[in-house]
Amino acid sequence: MRPLERVEARDKVTGAARYAIEYPVEGAAHVVAVAATIGRGEIESVAAAEVLAMPGVLAVLSCENAPKLNSVDDAELEVFQSRTVSYRGQLVAAVVAETLETAREAAARLRIGYRAEQHDVHLRDGQSGFRADVDQGDPEAALAEAAVSIDETYTTPAEHNNPMEPHATLAEWNEDGLTVHDSNQGSTTVRDTLAKVFDLDPAKVRVISPHVGGGFGSKGTPRPTAVLAAMAAREVKRPVKLAFTRQQMFSMTGYRTPTIQRVRLGADADGRLSAIVHEVIEQNSTVREFTEKTAGPSRIMYRAPHRRMAHRLVQLDVPATSWMRGPGETPGMWGLESAMDELAVTMGIDPIELRIRNEPETSPEDGLPWSSRNLVACLREGAERFGWTGRRAGREGRTLTGMGVASATYPVNREPNTATARAEPDGRFTVRIAAADIGTGARTALTLIAAEALKADPGRVTVEIGNSDLPKASLAGGSTGTASWGTAVHNACEALLAELDAPIPPEGVEVTVDTKEELESQEKYARHAFGAHFVEVRVDIDTGEVRVPRMLGVFAAGRIINPTTARSQLIGGMTMGLGMALMEESTMDLEFGDYLNHDLAQYHVPVCADVRDLEAIWLDEKDPHLNPMGSKGIGEIGIVGAAAAVANAVHHATGVRVRDLPITPSRLLPSL
Amino acid sequence: MRPFTYERARSADEALALHDGDTHYLGGGTNLVDLMRLGVERPARLVDVTRLPYDRIEEHGGGLLIGAAVRNSDLAADRTVRERYPVLAEAVLAGASGQIRNQATVGGNLLQRTRCSYFQNVTKPCNKRDPGSGCPAREGEHHNLAILGHTPHCVATHPSDMAVALAVLDASVRVRGGSGERGVRLDEFYRLPGDDPSRDTTLDPGDLVTGIQVPPLGMASRYRKVRERASFAFALVSVAAALDVADGKVLDCRVALGGVAHRPWRARRAEEMLRGAPATEESYLRAARAEMEAAQPLRDNGFKVPLATNLIVRTLSELAPSKPGDGS
Repeated sequence: MRPLERVEARDKVTGAARYAIEYPVEGAAHVVAVAATIGRGEIESVAAAEVLAMPGVLAVLSCENAPKLNSVDDAELEVFQSRTVSYRGQLVAAVVAETLETAREAAARLRIGYRAEQHDVHLRDGQSGFRADVDQGDPEAALAEAAVSIDETYTTPAEHNNPMEPHATLAEWNEDGLTVHDSNQGSTTVRDTLAKVFDLDPAKVRVISPHVGGGFGSKGTPRPTAVLAAMAAREVKRPVKLAFTRQQMFSMTGYRTPTIQRVRLGADADGRLSAIVHEVIEQNSTVREFTEKTAGPSRIMYRAPHRRMAHRLVQLDVPATSWMRGPGETPGMWGLESAMDELAVTMGIDPIELRIRNEPETSPEDGLPWSSRNLVACLREGAERFGWTGRRAGREGRTLTGMGVASATYPVNREPNTATARAEPDGRFTVRIAAADIGTGARTALTLIAAEALKADPGRVTVEIGNSDLPKASLAGGSTGTASWGTAVHNACEALLAELDAPIPPEGVEVTVDTKEELESQEKYARHAFGAHFVEVRVDIDTGEVRVPRMLGVFAAGRIINPTTARSQLIGGMTMGLGMALMEESTMDLEFGDYLNHDLAQYHVPVCADVRDLEAIWLDEKDPHLNPMGSKGIGEIGIVGAAAAVANAVHHATGVRVRDLPITPSRLLPSL
Repeated sequence: MRPFTYERARSADEALALHDGDTHYLGGGTNLVDLMRLGVERPARLVDVTRLPYDRIEEHGGGLLIGAAVRNSDLAADRTVRERYPVLAEAVLAGASGQIRNQATVGGNLLQRTRCSYFQNVTKPCNKRDPGSGCPAREGEHHNLAILGHTPHCVATHPSDMAVALAVLDASVRVRGGSGERGVRLDEFYRLPGDDPSRDTTLDPGDLVTGIQVPPLGMASRYRKVRERASFAFALVSVAAALDVADGKVLDCRVALGGVAHRPWRARRAEEMLRGAPATEESYLRAARAEMEAAQPLRDNGFKVPLATNLIVRTLSELAPSKPGDGS
């Protein structure tokens, strides 16, 4: 397919694209959320009367007056249904007022009485009770007998998603039910959840989300904003607007758990792995169980007869963990790919050669054949382009230089979807599906997929997404979007084309498809995307500053639908990997029990000056076992492995192995 | 936020007259407005002083007089500043982002508040924000807080880059108060926290900063800032330095540190040791170490001691080959 510029680019650049609470609504009131200021305990009182007396305050909502809601499987959505405080920063009350300023002031003044209990927010090693996910062979014996072994612990800090657009909802009730303009990664899911929470027929709920300013997983599940806004709008009988503040996004909207990963590798004298053990300690809130499957990628990356992958969840009085930028694979490949580099260094084997020697014929997890696996080709292509061969650690004045490599992987999954394709007599086509474009380019990719199936110019195709009235669709998450929605769009368009043998009648021709059966009957293959990151670093000896002048990602992700937006996604992922490697870190306040970072001045992500010569390319991978487009997801693989490649380059340059992210001057300088 | 009135002063006298106890002067608002949103600052009145006639950079007694309403971007771009005081232009450009520098004023830059997490969170104690409530940073998160001059009451750092350069330039702040206009040397303008960290400066309530007087320098100078990303981050440690070397000897030398104390930290001890000493790395290292003997790092910010030491040595070494006043 020929590259296509983002179809809504002009709307976004000119400001015509509206985000959730930007919709102009007559008479909208404003909601401001109030966060708990204790780490654990009970709400004893809410002094609502004091702020209700302020001019312009319309309502105070809390556990003292909230309407009863139905439970769903996420207790975070049980807004104000209990007096229990499970973590500091939890949503415990809200103020509705005529203006945003009044609502904020009233929220600041609202006094809530608590009975506080001692909180525990400190994730540490020491408790027993791993839950093994994979146990093959006898890894302990294999490690004991190995010619060479690595046994190291790698950690990642808590990391917050921080999309530019905060979690936000505009809610309005009328005779037709509930309408919300909401910032999310899937309008169908938000509709179904709100219908259940408020005991409504899903047909009475309409979720409108044509443009979403990023989510990175944190908008993948419906968030409390949607429930709270709907509750408040019903209470004051007016439309309301609610956006979490940047400060609230560090407690109310999810984040990645910190991880403590012990990785053990055993190898023979040639570097062939006999054992891989990846044991992970993570935290969980007391309100919502969520497992970051950090050891997941170790199931499939390398061949080894003896294997153990295990997770232990430590329940703490912390905010609820959730999806964040490649959950599982992203932290897990930091641990595994750092350990692989350590093994290569210990054995004096080139890190690329070590990986090639451990390439599995079939999936080590279940013995299934690969639908396609081109990790080795990515490593070789990248080595050639990056100038890997003969790499030497160098020194220029007070600067040390070096290069590092790490592998990347991400599973390829599809979810069932429905889509409608419609032809008009004037030669135009419209495709409808409740997909979400969270900045990824999904709308554009689906336009290309439809145009190809229709054998039409993309300019004749309009794709409508981001609205729960459209045919129901799965989430933008887990790198499944384009493959899942695309299958439905492709099938609908193909079926439509088959019906267009006669002139199109004035009322048009329309076809709707459901991909459920096709997905259930797909052949059994191990389906994964692979990639390799190459990084050059410059380390200042005097300050410990690490800069990345050059970074290359090579990916094998099936057929790339739209090179223009695909490149943006991949280099975006790699940039997030740079952030994870060098700066992203949320710091727990052990005394008070919340994350200290409260804004983007305290939670650093890369700025333009950090991103220099950064390039993503892909192999021409043909895989007939995926979907009608032959594509694998690319939303997350760009970040996976990137942090390890940076750390491996830092080791190459300095001889210092940093095992705790991020690699800041405070961590690196003392070892230089 | 608390309701407030906004007024734009047309003269310094009017600004002073409009100021009652519950007032803040408003410059670019890049820090004050954030703090108002957070509830850290809750003034009843804002008096906008950006239209006062202090928006020029003028020759003054062989040096410069920089108006308090000059925008940071204009200061950094000024040809005279870049030629004669590269340390000042470099320091301003090392701060914030282009957009913020376009908005921020020189006076506001001087008076910005610490970025300590506890100070910015009204649900937690902080002696600077709420005197007597305590300082959780001391035992809590302080990896980017003070190593010098702190007290049990406060371990905050001053965030300005520009002020560190001004410290090394021996600048003084022009202040209009109830009793007329006066000059306050930068050393006397900023305070250490002592037992009253609520006050960052020695200004009296209602005092209006009208400008900064920078005397002639006559030495090569530069600014080097270390931060956790390549741009748009506060300093872990920064160094402003000026050096005059002849015949292999240090004739004169000034060094100030940022990111290490409640105010820009003038390294007087190092300066004294260096005057007359050979202009060598050994001298610089000896002097830097002597300066850092006063450091009292906290649990998690000990890395700032070697960082500051290295940065002093490196910056002076890089200055040494230059000829005085060549502006490089």
